[in-house]
Amino acid sequence: MEQFIQQLVNGISLGSIYALIALGYTMVYGIVKLINFAHGDVFMVGAFIGFYSITILDLGFFTALLISMAACAIFGVLIERIAYKPLRNATRIAALITAIGVSLFIEYGTIYIRGAQPEAYPNGIVPLKSLEIFGVKISGQSILILAVSVFLMIVLQFIVHKTKIGKAMRAVSHDMDAAKLMGINVNNTISATFAIGSALAGAAGVVFGMYYTKIEPLMGIIPGLKAFVAAVLGGIGIIPGAMAGGLLLGVIESLVSAMGGSLWRDAVAFIVLILILIFRPAGLFGKNVREKV
Amino acid sequence: MRKKKTAGIVMSLLLAAGVMAGCNSSSSSSSGGDEEKGGTIKIGANLELSGGVASYGQSIKEGIDLALEEINKDGIDGKKLQLVSYDNKSEAPEAISGATKLISQDKVVAIIGAATSGNTKAQIEIAQSNNVPLLTPTGTAEDVTVKDGKLSDFVFRTCFIDPFQGTVAANFASNDLKAKTAAIFIDSASDYSKGLAASFKELFEKKGGKIVKEEAYVAKDTDFHAQLTNIKGKTPDFIFVPGYYEEVGLIVKQARELGIDVPMMGADGWDSPKLVELAGKDALDNTFITNHYSSGDSDPKVQDFVKAFKAKYKDKSPDAFNALGYDSAYFLADAIKRAGSGDAKKIQKALAETDGLELVTGKMKLDKNHNPIKSAVILEYKGGEQTFKTKVSPE
Repeated sequence: MEQFIQQLVNGISLGSIYALIALGYTMVYGIVKLINFAHGDVFMVGAFIGFYSITILDLGFFTALLISMAACAIFGVLIERIAYKPLRNATRIAALITAIGVSLFIEYGTIYIRGAQPEAYPNGIVPLKSLEIFGVKISGQSILILAVSVFLMIVLQFIVHKTKIGKAMRAVSHDMDAAKLMGINVNNTISATFAIGSALAGAAGVVFGMYYTKIEPLMGIIPGLKAFVAAVLGGIGIIPGAMAGGLLLGVIESLVSAMGGSLWRDAVAFIVLILILIFRPAGLFGKNVREKV
Repeated sequence: MRKKKTAGIVMSLLLAAGVMAGCNSSSSSSSGGDEEKGGTIKIGANLELSGGVASYGQSIKEGIDLALEEINKDGIDGKKLQLVSYDNKSEAPEAISGATKLISQDKVVAIIGAATSGNTKAQIEIAQSNNVPLLTPTGTAEDVTVKDGKLSDFVFRTCFIDPFQGTVAANFASNDLKAKTAAIFIDSASDYSKGLAASFKELFEKKGGKIVKEEAYVAKDTDFHAQLTNIKGKTPDFIFVPGYYEEVGLIVKQARELGIDVPMMGADGWDSPKLVELAGKDALDNTFITNHYSSGDSDPKVQDFVKAFKAKYKDKSPDAFNALGYDSAYFLADAIKRAGSGDAKKIQKALAETDGLELVTGKMKLDKNHNPIKSAVILEYKGGEQTFKTKVSPE
């Protein structure tokens, strides 16, 4: 029993990181209908910016987190302006393939600049004690990660539903041309979406580095894909859905490992993706909306 | 157009001639055809001096250079050893062309190299068909000397093979740490890891120990909490983790976070400064590794080597690759001396008969598969530093 609860705790810590990446994923998809495969690599860039802020500039964890979020926001906007904007009226598949290209470009560009060797986040950046309840160890860091994820999710919900830019985002997502006719600056709205989404990825990168220590240029691939699964699981485009999907995926993976299937872990994640696409394509939180023809 | 083409042909011919001339001058400078009468015996080195694993090759070369300097003070029966070295750029095709050049052009009596098992295997065919001994300092894969169950009789190595480290770890766990139960956590994508785990398990069980849990991961994983929680549930006395430092660093860290404080052990795959960064100094306490050599070994032979090495290379402390390169040169020199000539076949026979040769990395004796039976060292991490714990002789 104790072991089972420990595995749940492990799963929630892992899932919080998936959730944090999935938030940005789902948001960009929700507004622009683009699966931004470069999202996982923005996450990687965020991890490195955080790392260099902590080791070279000697900053604290929260300052590094903010710097990384700001830098990634700018980076995300640049990617959108350079790579995706010219293709806005092209087919969906063209944009998707471009996203894959951008992803590879960022990965190998990073390797070109700094080499492929991994880097280790310094230990004990956030001096948090771990809790022990009935023999179950909960590290202070995993509580922090969960708190950061939930907090950012609430902020995001607030931005999308209560602010003017959020209203514009929802309008653009509903009908881009109609929004334009109503005087909404579509370009700025999409840039804002990418800025917020990429800032979330940057935050996830720093948190990941703090929790798992090791960062390297190809670290974004698997968490990026998992976050994609999490977003689809919760219903792509739905913010609380991404959160729930991430946590659920983390717990599923931990339980699969707990039952001795540690080598099947990634396979199970993608089986979940296939199953959800077959039986509930709109995701757990999604409503089945027919696309207008 | 035509003119251009002719000009191109002329140019390339000139270039080729230039290259040939270069080769000729390098090979004619000393040999004069017959090595035995010339006062020098030529040996070849085919190492990774650039490319992906350049640091291995460079370290080995440093070791060989130091050893040859010492050997050539007196020479072997009045003859000096001359090293002809080629860079294989950490690539198998380059290793093949290097071996061909060494044998056909430079007429060496034996080749030292390459550093990795893969680049060594690439040269086996050439060494075998030309009857020239090939001696790898650090190729640890079991199938370097044996192919399809048949011994490649001209291939040798100075290092012990992978599974040996597993048996050393099993001995250490049950004899020194008095572990009764153990868990094994392997990298299921690596033959190295699987080989070590299998030999560990075999001997540990033979000694009356019990493996209570076997878990696996795949290289590049970052989250090991789930498997470690499973291991913790079985409360083993000891955990064997034969992996590479990138993952092992995280495994050790996460294990300690989960409150697993039993001794953990691995092999030479742990040996990197990155491991300390990843795991953190405190987490590494109470962990052990097996390795080929330790500069902290109190054996006078090791200490003399460390002193000589530091004198030649600006106070640099020699690592296992330096030591194995150094030993490879001595291993070969000893065989040449006993063969009494620069004849490759006689040297091959002498190499195979090596018995009890004292080297820096331990006493050498070859088994029937040309694998050295020699001692390994066990190192313990204390405050993030490797400290010499003990030397284990093979049983």
